[in-house]
Amino acid sequence: MKRPEPLQVVKERRDGALKLLVESVPYISFMGVSFDRRGDELTAVMAFDPKIIGNPVLPAIHGGATASFLEIAALIELSWQRAWGALEEGSADVAAIQGAGYLRLPKTIDFTVDYLRSGLPRDCYARARVNRSGRRYASVHVEAWQDNRSKLYAQATGHFLMPQLIVDE
Amino acid sequence: MSEIPQQQREKIAAQFIKALPFCAALDIKLDSMNVSSAAMSMPYDKRIIGDPETGVVHGGAVSALLDTCCGLAVSLHPESGKPTATIDLRIDYMRPAKVGERIVAEAEVYRATRTVAFVRAFAHDGDRENPVASATGAFTFSPFAKDAA
Repeated sequence: MKRPEPLQVVKERRDGALKLLVESVPYISFMGVSFDRRGDELTAVMAFDPKIIGNPVLPAIHGGATASFLEIAALIELSWQRAWGALEEGSADVAAIQGAGYLRLPKTIDFTVDYLRSGLPRDCYARARVNRSGRRYASVHVEAWQDNRSKLYAQATGHFLMPQLIVDE
Repeated sequence: MSEIPQQQREKIAAQFIKALPFCAALDIKLDSMNVSSAAMSMPYDKRIIGDPETGVVHGGAVSALLDTCCGLAVSLHPESGKPTATIDLRIDYMRPAKVGERIVAEAEVYRATRTVAFVRAFAHDGDRENPVASATGAFTFSPFAKDAA
């Protein structure tokens, strides 16, 4: 029987791939979005910053900032899930995963945001669920909340065009 | 008071847009206003790139531009009496925006009931006939009470 890999090696590979995926996109850091990973599960976090305010009177987070946050969460989850399978095969390192095109981002076809509550001047969290991911198309649902997980402040559904893997080209 | 003259409505709306931090962050500018419609634009910026391979702007920035423009169109409706909020907004991305080009959004309220304004919008990067994205949304709407005072 094969000995399991040391924990540190596994963690470094997973975190390395996620870091490459997230840090390659300038808009993700512009929006102050980061990802918290527990195993394969990702939680997107948008740190509150006064620049994302859309209504200074309330104050409330701009709907466009919320839409951006949800779209980022959906795109990363989708890419991450596909890369995860390749990462867990163990033979591939992060550079090989990237070389095979696993870290290429899908393209958004459409995205529908449902605004449930106004976004308070606090940090936001989101989790995305891939409902279907085929070779060409994928459908993803995202839920976002602030203080209370059971009180969503926004949710969204989007369809995406999957990038072709280099091995397929 | 049951109505605000269009000119004054536009002045209030322009001031409101100017005060929005997120619009300032994306450098979104107000281009034109009319009854129930508006046009706004956003310059290309390396910080808002969504696809590092091509340099194309992230869809989220385009939806922020469209959302703002739709909200502005609602506030320019002659019966609009209170600030509006987005109920839902759907964006269709037709093609990637051209790298380096300014993105222009145009929005119009095509129907307003006593509670909801229905808005259509599209975004292009120079050619109105070849849009980058389109949007349809529902916004909260509170008309002035007609029989008040």
